[in-house]
Amino acid sequence: MVELTINNVKVKAEEDMTILDAAKSVGISIPTLCHMKDLFPTGACRMCVVEVDGMRGLTPACAYPVTEGMKIDTNSPKVRQARKTIVELLVENHPQDCLICVRNKNCELQDLSEVYGLREHRYVGDKKDHAIDISSASMERDPAKCILCGRCTRTCNEVQKVGAIDFTNRGFQSNVTTPFNKGLNISDCILCGQCILVCPTAALREKSNSKMVFDAINDKRKFVVVQVAPAVRASLGEEYNMPLGTNVTGQMVTGLRRLGFKKVFDTNFAADLTIMEEGTELIDRVSNKGTLPMFTSCCPGWVKYIEQNRPQLLKHVSSCKSPHEMEGAILKSYYAKKMGLDPKDIFVVSIMPCTVKKFESDRPELSQEKMADVDAVLTTRELVRMFKMAGIDFNDLPEDEFDNPLGESTGAAAIFGTSGGVMEAALRTAYKVMTGEELVSMELDDIRGFSGVKEASIKVNDLDVNVAVVNGIGNVDQVLDEIEAGTSKYHFIEVMACPGGCINGGGQPIHQKPEKVRKRVSVLYDIDKNAKNRRSHENEAVQKIYDEFFEKPNSHKSHELLHTSYVDRKAILRKK
Amino acid sequence: MILSKKKMLACNLDIGVGTKIKGSDMHKEIFDKYPAKDKSNLIAILQDVQEIYGYLPEETLQEVGDFIDMPLCSVYGVATFYNQFRLTPLGKNVIRVCRGTACHVKNSANILMALETELNIGAGETTRDKLFTLETVACIGACSIAPVININEEYYGRIEVKDIPKIIKKYQQEAKKEQIAEKTVESE
Repeated sequence: MVELTINNVKVKAEEDMTILDAAKSVGISIPTLCHMKDLFPTGACRMCVVEVDGMRGLTPACAYPVTEGMKIDTNSPKVRQARKTIVELLVENHPQDCLICVRNKNCELQDLSEVYGLREHRYVGDKKDHAIDISSASMERDPAKCILCGRCTRTCNEVQKVGAIDFTNRGFQSNVTTPFNKGLNISDCILCGQCILVCPTAALREKSNSKMVFDAINDKRKFVVVQVAPAVRASLGEEYNMPLGTNVTGQMVTGLRRLGFKKVFDTNFAADLTIMEEGTELIDRVSNKGTLPMFTSCCPGWVKYIEQNRPQLLKHVSSCKSPHEMEGAILKSYYAKKMGLDPKDIFVVSIMPCTVKKFESDRPELSQEKMADVDAVLTTRELVRMFKMAGIDFNDLPEDEFDNPLGESTGAAAIFGTSGGVMEAALRTAYKVMTGEELVSMELDDIRGFSGVKEASIKVNDLDVNVAVVNGIGNVDQVLDEIEAGTSKYHFIEVMACPGGCINGGGQPIHQKPEKVRKRVSVLYDIDKNAKNRRSHENEAVQKIYDEFFEKPNSHKSHELLHTSYVDRKAILRKK
Repeated sequence: MILSKKKMLACNLDIGVGTKIKGSDMHKEIFDKYPAKDKSNLIAILQDVQEIYGYLPEETLQEVGDFIDMPLCSVYGVATFYNQFRLTPLGKNVIRVCRGTACHVKNSANILMALETELNIGAGETTRDKLFTLETVACIGACSIAPVININEEYYGRIEVKDIPKIIKKYQQEAKKEQIAEKTVESE
């Protein structure tokens, strides 16, 4: 422990703490832009400068460790002036179109401009001028709004280890972009959207489909239905100042009805169906000596990653469509038939915590007779904007329930939204199918939580089934290397591209605090704990759809509608 | 492998008129000099690549990234950070416009603009026919004849905007003559 004074307040701090952390521990906040918790400080933006007694110049608080007897002033005139100048220079090289910006009132540059009281333009000069990259189906890149803090490049390179964007050029020409400034659609980007979550401005944002959805709702010929992913109900309340970890399922359903959707379905239904299909596929591969280990295929970011980087391993990926695509396929076949609707008139909207799902819904493989399974994907953030535009006061909404038959779900489906959830759900069902008994402990603590690669081993009959859960695409390479080397001991591996799973997806409300993600996760585990049924095979609607339509999991019909194929994108990207 | 200057130039010219070089053997010789997966050699490797091609071809950057285990975007980031690296092949004739103080006072900004208009490219770019590359230099060191431009080995001092089309035309005609000469050799 060391003792120091910050703004005349005596502070006791651990020796490896930075000035920033020490100040925070006594309620003194220091502004930052480039700082990222848990990553090595770069000290690039200089927003966090403080005055340290006896040191020349100003010191970056995020990168400087505390020492015994240090005297620090975080609020001297010199510090305030330096910070204000930094903000002024950033603002003057920024489009300043806040009124029509998607991040209006949710922008760190705007906040700092307010905090440091910018009231006049003191600098006039050239502004950077870059075109907006709208090439990808999921995301937009607007480098003119970039303040070069580097948080996106660090997320892409150090956290996700995808390496799609980095700093290029130098000085005034500096720009965060893809190699050769090409579009995101032909870069290594997997469109996970983690960069959007860390971007302080609107330099990175999702490509909005809300106009398309409003147009469809207003089109009288269309039967517009909506489905909601499990992770959305756990985070939506944050945008309406509800306490962290509030489950808003009921209000959300009412809100969607008022928005004009004819039917509101739950993607959780299809999650249960996915378990039936994927579980059966796994059992088939294990008992018939098929390709093992098998990977989950729910996460389109992960699928895009393996298609782009290791196409030779694609046979390891389950052929199941992701849950919302299954739901879409059923809506346009089974449901349309049942309700006497023309599938062409059904417009399926998915509310997802995810940006890649937009790209996924455009995939030609995920369609029947040139009719996409899902017509439009909205992120959680876009849904909030639509609610606001439609004058829906979320806080006062009564609760409602999902429509049936595609609205019923079990606890196993709810936890699909968090890392380890798909695995846990699959094991609950696969164990029952293979042994005829129920899994003794329903909650598999080994594969919950936030570590990079989690593993567990479960005895099924005479076989030890080894499973692994990869949390965040940045941790997947070690698992893939093992498979290529032939040393992998696993049978089944779940991969979610976003750290923490869909609950921390690139389409979720913007946040900067890791605690938020944990609170969101607890919502899903609570839904599971309080559910009437906690195993996917107990879902009566799923049983019914097999009786009436698919006959059995992995049947010919289910292969037609619920399974898909993959593409070697490395060949396309590398042109070899 | 260090190529002789003459051969290097030949490579340049080949690329200059659009011929593709099959370069994998050359790359192997470069990569053999360095340990794999060691990011610290990036700049040295890029310099070696540029020595062969006269610029950094896109496919080669990808190969370099794979070799040192670095994403292409970061390799590209380094390649664009340093002025010594070029990402486009040099044209047959390299025009350097002096933008030093003396030349600036003598209106070199207008000279540059005239060249850009004449060639229909910006500074740092190469014409579509790969005949000209336009570059700016901080100071050529010939202030007494400012404003000055330099094309290949030749210097043009005290020039005016109206001289530009004439100079460019001279090089265009030379290129045309060479082309005709080549064709006659081929047909014989």
